[in-house]
Amino acid sequence: MEFTLKIWRQKSHNEKGEFISYPMDNVSPEMSMLECLDVLNETLMVRGEEPVAFDHDCREGICGSCGFVINGVAHGPERATIVCQLTMRHFRSGEELIIEPWRAEAFPLIKDLIVDRRSFDRIIEAGGYISVSTAQAPDGNAILVGKDAADQAMDAAVCIGCGACVAACPNGSSALFTGAKIAHLGILPQGKPERDGRALHMVAQMNAELFGNCTNIGECTGVCPKGISLEVIAIMNRDYLHASWKRREALEATIPPALERNTHRT
Amino acid sequence: MSATAADLHSYRVVGFWQSTNGKKVVMALTGIMMFLFVISHLLGNLLVFAGRAQINAYARFLHFDHSLLWTVRSTLIIAAVMHVVVTIQLALRNKKAQPISYLRKEAINSSYASRTMYWSGPIVLAFIIFHLLQFTAGYIHPETRFIPNDVYHNLVTGFRVWWVSAWYVFAICLLGLHLRHGLWSMLQSVGLAHSLRKEQALKRVALTISILIVFGYISIPISILLGFLR
Repeated sequence: MEFTLKIWRQKSHNEKGEFISYPMDNVSPEMSMLECLDVLNETLMVRGEEPVAFDHDCREGICGSCGFVINGVAHGPERATIVCQLTMRHFRSGEELIIEPWRAEAFPLIKDLIVDRRSFDRIIEAGGYISVSTAQAPDGNAILVGKDAADQAMDAAVCIGCGACVAACPNGSSALFTGAKIAHLGILPQGKPERDGRALHMVAQMNAELFGNCTNIGECTGVCPKGISLEVIAIMNRDYLHASWKRREALEATIPPALERNTHRT
Repeated sequence: MSATAADLHSYRVVGFWQSTNGKKVVMALTGIMMFLFVISHLLGNLLVFAGRAQINAYARFLHFDHSLLWTVRSTLIIAAVMHVVVTIQLALRNKKAQPISYLRKEAINSSYASRTMYWSGPIVLAFIIFHLLQFTAGYIHPETRFIPNDVYHNLVTGFRVWWVSAWYVFAICLLGLHLRHGLWSMLQSVGLAHSLRKEQALKRVALTISILIVFGYISIPISILLGFLR
């Protein structure tokens, strides 16, 4: 197969970027999108040019490292498929593929297709966990979880934090990500004790970051490689509303995003 | 980098009103208030088909107590203002959150109605102002005389002007579009969690209600233009 890859090249956050077209022939339809970039990078290195920088790790669709926008759709044209699992046979030979990094103020660009997604980490830090006492391991069947709750929690827990939801959102909102993280713990009995504080703190952190707001249009769920539904956003809003009403003490301060962001700006 | 280089003004506690989620709740609640008005206004207006006496009697009934009337009116005005204020605040934030546009961006999962809320909203607002000036205040009443207590007369003569009716039908269609997304979206904003299947059902309900509202409202100017009401 033959393709023209029109890729966003940008040396660093502070430099201006531009699109550069790379014609490619002899692309195997069995290759993944990332393997196609690997092949391109090999030829670029042979020519003595700078290879295209992109994030990747497991290449099994479960780590959430990779991701970019192909022809205007985050993770490309296949629904519920992340770019490392996207094979080239889904494109027409001869097509021009416009490849762009996630574009959002909360995801400052590092290089080429790599963006800084630590804003997500800070949201998790704010409450995306459960507190577990150490010492003896509890009995496996001590806490019963209903099948419905287990399924619902798992449907949210499949979130791999790739950032496609933010990239696809015209508002740059991270509601689907934050919602998934709040929902998957809050639904389970182990997550219930900290449910209110979790919603308050994670939402507060989300709002302290440079994300936009959710207008419930649903572009995020359309590009989500795990097909997480908008239900998690409603769960986040419900938990947040409930917790705001019940709250008796002042909220803890959020982690200032600027502290970390400046690593790339200066 | 050094920590001192950080702009510490972003280090703040985000309360309910500052949070985007809180603002969306305000947007949803004020939206519900205006939606209830849209329904009651439609039901009242449909009395025009019952005849001159009935709709004029209904109008007199609404005016029986001016302090009550103005309580309702000011509640609606405050709701509308709040709705617009939070929208502007959120829209400005969104613009900052997504400053660089993609070379190519496809909408693959959102409805036309949801993507055009920023258009349908302001146009409907402009229409409401025009509509109030025409039928409530009587300042704009082209080609005929406005008679304060004769709603039937004002309605029929007002809508006989073709462009008044056309502007009305256009704005009502946009209101329908706005409600088609808004009615479902407000449930999300106030946290009514629902499965994907219920989501689709609720969207269908929102669409049905919007269509009924649009047909209900535009039936009045169309009936007048076709000469059913004179």
